[in-house]
Amino acid sequence: MSLINNFIKFDLNETTRKSIAEYLWIGGSGKDLRSKARTLPEPVTDPAKLPLWNFDGSSTDQAPGDDSEVILRPQAVFRDPFRGGSNILVMCDTYTPAGYPIPTNKRFNADKIFNHPDVAAEEPWFGIEQEYTLLQKDTRWPLGWPVGGFPGPQGPYYCGVGADKSFGRDIVDAHYKACLYAGINISGINGEVMPAQWEFQVGPATGISAGDQLWVARYILERITEIAGVVLSFDPKPIPGDWNGAGAHTNYSTKSMRNDGGINVIRKAIEKLGLRHKQHIAAYGEGNDRRLTGRHETADINSFSWGVANRGASIRVGRDTEKAGKGYFEDRRPASNMDPYVVTSMIAETTILWKP
Amino acid sequence: MSLLNDLVNLNLCDVTEKVIAEYIWIGGSGMDMRSKARTLPGPESDPSRLPKWNYDGSSTEQATGDNSEVIICPQAIFRDPFRRGRNMLVMCDAYAPTGDPIPTNKRFNADKIFSHPDVIAEEPWYGIEQEYTLFQKDTKWPLGWPVGGFPAPQGPYYCGVGSDKAFGRDIVDAHYKACLFAGIDISGINGEVMPGQWEFQVGPVTGISSGDQVWMARYILERITEIAGAVLSFDPKPVLGDWNGAGAHTNYSTKSMRNDGGINVINEAIEKLSKRHKEHIAAYGKGNERRLTGLHETADINTFSWGVANRGASVRVGRDTEKEGKGYFEDRRPSSNMDPYVVTSMIAETTILWKP
Repeated sequence: MSLINNFIKFDLNETTRKSIAEYLWIGGSGKDLRSKARTLPEPVTDPAKLPLWNFDGSSTDQAPGDDSEVILRPQAVFRDPFRGGSNILVMCDTYTPAGYPIPTNKRFNADKIFNHPDVAAEEPWFGIEQEYTLLQKDTRWPLGWPVGGFPGPQGPYYCGVGADKSFGRDIVDAHYKACLYAGINISGINGEVMPAQWEFQVGPATGISAGDQLWVARYILERITEIAGVVLSFDPKPIPGDWNGAGAHTNYSTKSMRNDGGINVIRKAIEKLGLRHKQHIAAYGEGNDRRLTGRHETADINSFSWGVANRGASIRVGRDTEKAGKGYFEDRRPASNMDPYVVTSMIAETTILWKP
Repeated sequence: MSLLNDLVNLNLCDVTEKVIAEYIWIGGSGMDMRSKARTLPGPESDPSRLPKWNYDGSSTEQATGDNSEVIICPQAIFRDPFRRGRNMLVMCDAYAPTGDPIPTNKRFNADKIFSHPDVIAEEPWYGIEQEYTLFQKDTKWPLGWPVGGFPAPQGPYYCGVGSDKAFGRDIVDAHYKACLFAGIDISGINGEVMPGQWEFQVGPVTGISSGDQVWMARYILERITEIAGAVLSFDPKPVLGDWNGAGAHTNYSTKSMRNDGGINVINEAIEKLSKRHKEHIAAYGKGNERRLTGLHETADINTFSWGVANRGASVRVGRDTEKEGKGYFEDRRPSSNMDPYVVTSMIAETTILWKP
């Protein structure tokens, strides 16, 4: 296999100016990532300079067979950690040939919100804590769990270390460096409460970039688990029973919140979120009702609550923020399978633009 | 194994001027590739200056035992991605000692067509989308499929990512870079609709060179799957049932089609192709009737049809071409095991030389 790896890691710079661009997009389910590659005549770093492309939408539930072309528009460029050199990953969104965003293109609307002058003026920052579970490929049972049985109850696994407490760290660490190489603002990783569950954080990232970066980080994780022969799951409650679910807590602040007196802006924002709880929950990920039960460090899905340092609330304000009178807050409601374009833009829209 | 690899990767440039040339030809079935190597006194970039060679045609069903020599003539040179340095891969075609092309030499006739002044004037470009399937070596079942069973139905695999959706990416990625290194105009890759099936594209390439490059890319892929321990198949319908076949869609344009008003030339060309549908189909690959059923993004083998953005037609014209009034079209009929010398020259002959 090392001969194959030699090819994969070839540095083409010695023989050609050509570079390879892997175009990424979100498929018909709104959650499946797809990609294909093309050769460019020379290295490119600016998404505006990359060509539009298209794909067979009839194979991804995004177009009918007799009118199958869906257009890919490059939006963000990252270094390709798998091909190295001057090769790139390109996050795209999807359009009909007539130029309209197709229904699964959630980035388009998010971009409109983030371009609104009132939103742009507030420089909204997002830090997203992406949780996920690793599963054995053939059994779909969590990695490291005995097939046909369960590991010892939760307790030793959160940030744990050791062969009986931490399952799959090589994937997590490979992903961490791959993301840093790619140019993603990955701010940290940790082992989670349920064994074989992990978390990485992306942020702080401003506006639409938070969604771009999180989707590409997810893509890199799918590629790494593919190499490792392990299945990646973003299901919000992968194992029923006394096992934690997986979320995507979204930390948020605006310029006003970060300045002196920001704590008041934070309170007003939380109040607005409380008035639109149902609408947010509907957009915060499928299957979230299995996760938001009020137990396992979640708030019940039907009630909205907030508190300082309270992990059982919908929204948590950190002690630092309370003490400094300014800072950020954490929306703990989004599920691990949420669409970051939807969640980030909705939080900005409700707290900055919406009038109750 | 690493000691062997060190020897395989030895850089001879510092100790000798000698280079190794791997002579490659197509065997008696018209689909099997053969090769053997010889030492040359120094580097060479012009195929006409390389020595002709010969091989034992009675071992490849291309000659009889009592008159077994078949002459191979170098036609195109590529850099050897396996031996690197100044070593080369040489695409050859095969002749009897009398100088006549042997029956399986399809390049000879193609070259005559591409040398016709009317064809030369039109600068025919080809982009060939070569699909193929990877198989497990011992079971002859597709790579990644459970032995004795099937994966989940088609849907998630086209351009898919993740260990449960993409099988064999390392082979595909190694092949991509190896071809770029070799000097092949490989323009992209993608995962296909059936799991374990992939595609690479070669082009746009002019005239006879398209066939040379596709055959060389196929050879490099056979060498890489050999290293990986997987079996390569160009069968057009490798698994019966609700699983896509494998094709070699051939994109085509001439100078007139690429210029203003080209859409009319395209329409005329498609009309001529429709009048020779049976002749083309007969030359477009063995076993194609198992693939061209009218289902699975194919047109039925007995009917000729064309349409814009229609993947169920024999010939597809892209929306871009329709919009700009010039461009190229895609012949979707050739199967994955087609001979690119035959297909490319036949398309040129029918559309440029043939009068109905």
